[in-house]
Amino acid sequence: MPVIAAALIGMIFGSGILLGGMANPAKVLNFFDVAGNWDPSLLFVMGGALAVGFIGYRLVLRRPRPVFDTRFHLPAKSTIDTSLIGGSILFGIGWGIAGFCPGGAIPGLGLLRPEPLLFLAAMSAGILIARRIRGAR
Amino acid sequence: MTEFTPWASLAGGALIGLAVVLLMALHGRIAGMTGVLTGVLTGERGWRLAFLAGAVLAPLLITRVLGAEVPFASPAGWPWILVSGLLVGIGVTFGGGCTSGHGICGNARLSKRSILATICFMLSAGVTVYGIRHLIGGL
Repeated sequence: MPVIAAALIGMIFGSGILLGGMANPAKVLNFFDVAGNWDPSLLFVMGGALAVGFIGYRLVLRRPRPVFDTRFHLPAKSTIDTSLIGGSILFGIGWGIAGFCPGGAIPGLGLLRPEPLLFLAAMSAGILIARRIRGAR
Repeated sequence: MTEFTPWASLAGGALIGLAVVLLMALHGRIAGMTGVLTGVLTGERGWRLAFLAGAVLAPLLITRVLGAEVPFASPAGWPWILVSGLLVGIGVTFGGGCTSGHGICGNARLSKRSILATICFMLSAGVTVYGIRHLIGGL
């Protein structure tokens, strides 16, 4: 049951990304191109998601536990460090180069085009490389 | 050029928000694509793999079965997509999340880390796009 539910939730997520235009890297990049072909759509995607997420989380996290688990798994870390800042800046640079982010590229796979697959292969390699670097530290 | 789509994007965003809330309500988990994908890559399958499969399946059904026309264009060529993927993979791992994990889930919880991460990646993406398009004239 948890697996079927997760698949359905994933379908809602993927539909939202597609409807919002966020599986299209050209559209994502045009959001950042304020000085050129500006397309503010991404702001509306974030706005819609945050409005529902903000209210929904408040209702859900008031409950004692989730349906399929004994507790809510929330990030424990609250400190600001160089890893958070440096990593996020690096992510932004990569995002700005091609317009793919993890949440856009995974649903993008369903469009059966080579670019999201190529991006995700490189990104997966990046994740594994970074985990080795971090583990070795 | 891409067409500004305020209503479709707002509705798409609301669907993403719904998915984020449902994954917390049912599984008690943050719907961050970085976290879910990293879990799958390191051998934690189960609900994570199902979530990713659903996220891929929906666009496939919408375009192939329902026949919806979805605009798609990748301004960057293959070598730059590879570079971009590597940078994103390393960045989101050190940064602990991406546009979904920090940008939506974390900000919806008003997490200080996520708010700062979002400011960092939005600014650096903006600077990168400006540099590529207006300083060096494209990749």
